This record gives sequence, C-alpha cells and structure tokens, in this order.
Amino acid sequence: MHFEFKVEGGNFSRAGFPSSEVKKRLKQLNVDGSVIKRTVVALYEAEVNIVAHAYSGVISVDIDAGKIIITLADEGPGIPDIRKAMEIGYSTATPEVREMGFGAGMGLSNMNSNADKLEITSEVGKGTTVVITNYFHE
Amino acid sequence: MNVSQLAEKLGLEIYGGAKGLDQEITGGYTSDLLSDVMGHARAGSIWITLQTHKNVMAIASLKELAAVVIVKGYLPEEDMLEQSNIEGIPVLGTHEEAFEISGKTYKLLHKK
Repeated sequence: MHFEFKVEGGNFSRAGFPSSEVKKRLKQLNVDGSVIKRTVVALYEAEVNIVAHAYSGVISVDIDAGKIIITLADEGPGIPDIRKAMEIGYSTATPEVREMGFGAGMGLSNMNSNADKLEITSEVGKGTTVVITNYFHE
Repeated sequence: MNVSQLAEKLGLEIYGGAKGLDQEITGGYTSDLLSDVMGHARAGSIWITLQTHKNVMAIASLKELAAVVIVKGYLPEEDMLEQSNIEGIPVLGTHEEAFEISGKTYKLLHKK
C-alpha cells in the first residue's frame, strides 16, 4: 500500500492530518496498538518539523505485511549539524512557533524513541529527508 | 470517573466535544509543550494546559486523551472548538491555575 501527502510550510492548521490518516489505515490493518501509537508520534513530530522549518514537503507512506516506511522529504533550509539537532532542548524554532508550545527541542528525540529505524539526511540550503521505519512484529 | 463527573465536581466549563463526556479518565498530564505531551501523556488522560489552538486537538486525538482542560480562564480558539466537536474530545475550562486544578484532579482520581 502506498499513499502520499503534501505538506505546506508554515500552515499549522492542517498539521496532524497525515498522522491521523496513517493511524486509521494501520487500525484497519489490525496492526498492534503500541506500534500504531509509536508510529503516529514519530510521524507527527516529523510533519511538524516540516511545517515549522521548511517551505514544502511530501510525505510518502509504504505499508507491507511486516512494516511501515514513511519518507518525509522537504525543500527547506536543511540541518547544518544533525547531531546537535538531536540534542534534547536544542531548537532553532521561531518565537511564534515556540509560543504555540512547539519548538521545545523535543521533537527529534521523540522521533528517535518512537521509530525502530530513523534516518536523517540533509543538505543545507536544499532540504531534509527523514525516513521512519517501524516493524509490526518484534 | 468520566469527563462529565470530573467537570461537575470541579465546576469546569464545557466548551465543546460533548460527545466525549462519557469517556473514562484514567490519569492526567499537565504541560504546555506539545512535544512533551506527544512523548509522555498516556491514553485516557486529561490534559491540563494554557494552549488554546487547534493543534492541541490533533495531539489529543492522536494520543487518545480523554479531554483537555484550559486553565486561567483562557478561551479556546474557534477552530480548536470545531475540532473538539469533530473529534468528540471535550474541551473544558477553569479560572484556576494549572497547579491548583492539577492538584484537585489528582486528588479526585486517586480517592479510594
């Protein structure tokens, strides 16, 4: 199963829609509840990062019998130092984004602890690609 | 205890999401940082916060929270309310601060 979502930078009013759709599909497929919960947390955080930092992005979701692979590719400023970005509390979010309660420097760490595999590649000035893989069985 | 019983005991306003008033409450989480709630709140909890925008409902829905309680008399934004009604997750309100209302909720939920 393959489907995609477009994400618009700066548009917080639609944030959460892809996560909610993925949750529905995984429930229909009778995927274990704890796997669904973890997948949704990782995806939501990754999506919000596109909305908060990038200009636009595409989320591609691939589901087979054993796993879900979510690829989030954005056009945006990129991340100069991914290791630094992974540190809890480190954030480059704007004051407006922080006022909403986002941008506290917890997103990447949430993604890390809720994804079985997390791959981040980034090119400064071009964009960032995040790949989240979660397995349905241990 | 369900959401409507808690609302009655604590004198909370009910702004929206009435469909979810029967939802059982199994705990609570107090935070204004969305990723903190995303990472740590448990399903069935009520979320006590001063945030009043629509994204609160996205998180409440994804985490299957029982209800949201807005503190200090702040009012939910219109699109937050709309989403609360769509999702059937109640948005409640109090004039008290997060510390007070969290303490009272904790006491009620842990009473034998």
